[in-house]
Amino acid sequence: MLNPGHNACPGCGAALAVRYLTRALGPNLAIVLTASCWSIISGMPPLTALKCPILHCPFPSAGSVGSGLRRGLNAKGQHNTTVVVLAGDGGTFDIGLQALSGAAQRNEDYLFVCYDNEAYMNTGMQTSSATPFGARTNTAPYPLFKEGQKKDIMQIMAAHGIPYAATATVAFPDDMERKLKKAQEIRGFRFMHILSPCPPGWGTDSSDTIHLSRLAVNTGFFPLYEIVNGVSWKMTCQPEGKRTPLKEYLQNQRRFKQMEDLRIEALQEEVDHDWEALQEKIEATKCSD
Amino acid sequence: MAYELMSGSQAAAVAVQRVGVDLVAAYPITPQTAIVETLANFEGKGELGGEFVSVESEYAALACCYGAAAAGARVFTATASHGLAYMHEMIHWCSGARVPIVMVNVNRTIGAPWSLDPDQGDSLSQRDTGWMQIYCSGAQEVLDTVMQAFLLSEELLLPCMVVFDGFYISHTYEAVDVPDLEKTRKFIGPPPFTAQVQPEKPANIHALITGDMQADLVRNRHETMLRAPAVFKEINHRFAETFGRSYGVIDSVMPPGTKKVILAAGATAETVRWTLPELEQTGMVQLRMFRPFPREDLCNLFEAHDIEQVVVIDRNCSTGMGGILAQELQAAVYGMEKPPAVKDIILAGGIDLTPEMLVKALTETASLDKVEQKWGVDLR
Repeated sequence: MLNPGHNACPGCGAALAVRYLTRALGPNLAIVLTASCWSIISGMPPLTALKCPILHCPFPSAGSVGSGLRRGLNAKGQHNTTVVVLAGDGGTFDIGLQALSGAAQRNEDYLFVCYDNEAYMNTGMQTSSATPFGARTNTAPYPLFKEGQKKDIMQIMAAHGIPYAATATVAFPDDMERKLKKAQEIRGFRFMHILSPCPPGWGTDSSDTIHLSRLAVNTGFFPLYEIVNGVSWKMTCQPEGKRTPLKEYLQNQRRFKQMEDLRIEALQEEVDHDWEALQEKIEATKCSD
Repeated sequence: MAYELMSGSQAAAVAVQRVGVDLVAAYPITPQTAIVETLANFEGKGELGGEFVSVESEYAALACCYGAAAAGARVFTATASHGLAYMHEMIHWCSGARVPIVMVNVNRTIGAPWSLDPDQGDSLSQRDTGWMQIYCSGAQEVLDTVMQAFLLSEELLLPCMVVFDGFYISHTYEAVDVPDLEKTRKFIGPPPFTAQVQPEKPANIHALITGDMQADLVRNRHETMLRAPAVFKEINHRFAETFGRSYGVIDSVMPPGTKKVILAAGATAETVRWTLPELEQTGMVQLRMFRPFPREDLCNLFEAHDIEQVVVIDRNCSTGMGGILAQELQAAVYGMEKPPAVKDIILAGGIDLTPEMLVKALTETASLDKVEQKWGVDLR
């Protein structure tokens, strides 16, 4: 479904994510696309990067435009078309959060996919609320760094009690595809959070995208799990053996360069804490099953 | 003929129900709430025919309408004041996207400070967004115009705003001739436009383009909108044949010997109409269509009657310049062989215009013959 000649940078995690996404969900697919890297990747009309319609929309509006498109297609008898709203982390965590929350609360019948490259990358790497603690951005240049934690979007979505929410990343395409197909079969609001490495933004080699994506999972920085109805938590892809120290994930990314050991320890503690909290939810789900 | 007692807001909602829409997305705001409540009641009784979506903001309401209209659905929303201002980005987007949408705006002053009176600055400040705007002066007119707006919008593929004053129109009850449902549905017909999103057709819809490409689109949009007066007249011609009523892009009353004309939009036009017998050699123009601005109709009228002065009632004020309708009219008459002098009465804050105030403004020694403008508050 992804045409050659799209406008993504080499090694773009978001391009890979959408390639897997459209392959899993197509061909009867309509995508609502908000302002993000993909606004550029999709190409200039009459050219298009995807073999399905893409309806572009203003930055804060994705969740609401998805609601309208789904209902409009239904009104026209196109019930079988899968509607996907595609947004970056800015269009999901920040400016798009109100529309996302509204649509989730109404349990609108579509899949919202956030490809998360952890900053405003299309405009040149500015801090978003998805930027991890300690990272440098162009709105937090050295000696500044992102203060405060990355917003926990999955807990926010779980709190809406939506039928399905899952995390995924490009190093685990089978896991991603299984989740996408599962989401496609479910009616009501579905949410996927996809970690998408960004070589120019993160300051990494374009050949490192898959490696970093895998390390994010193996360090526990980005665990792969799913949540059904906001209450049933399940790990889908567990790192083998002990989790890799976070430092290994951070050390080859320029955005974390000059990060003092103290801050690396603080971020490691945060990851450990979140990991334990996640395990508790998963164990609690097992007990109630 | 089936007359019912209803408010302007209810008349708007009844029009939407008579037309039959696929989707209404709306968010409540004073003084628009009766419109959404009436539509929700229709849905509750299974009489709306489409879906009613209670969204989380006005911005979401218009965004939802955009998505549905892109799929080929007929949509409606309504708002007022701060709600319209909050929609601003989507208002631009929808006209650029060339989706037909009908939206009612009930005029209310925009803060700060909080205010409820019907200053028209909320909708007039959306002048340059590429939407057509039609102003109504009574409940019957609201009902008929909302119905007609669907035809106009769908014919030109441009969104259309139907505007009326908060409280004076929205909350005032009048006897309204409610058209028969089947007769209306037959007159309106199904939406004639093609869906932009067709799942089997790959397309990069409203994606980033060059300035050159945008220039062509803007020109096309402008030239299309200039066709609106002719299309609107044709719609009203057919409307009259079916329902026995019709409206112009401007509606005028010109008693014999008229040399002076009062121009007003919305509820104040009704006040002017009732005050005319007390004024000598004075006519009136109700400006119904504001975008596109009916320059040709106005100039022809002024020329035919050798009008020397136009007194504009502006229930708004563009800070730093003055009344918006007066500015528009100045620009419209510029270039006429004998352009009338344009005078302005500014009812900023949405204050009421009484017949006494109007008579005072036009007849007393300090009348508008000697000054450019008068503030409504000074006429009390």
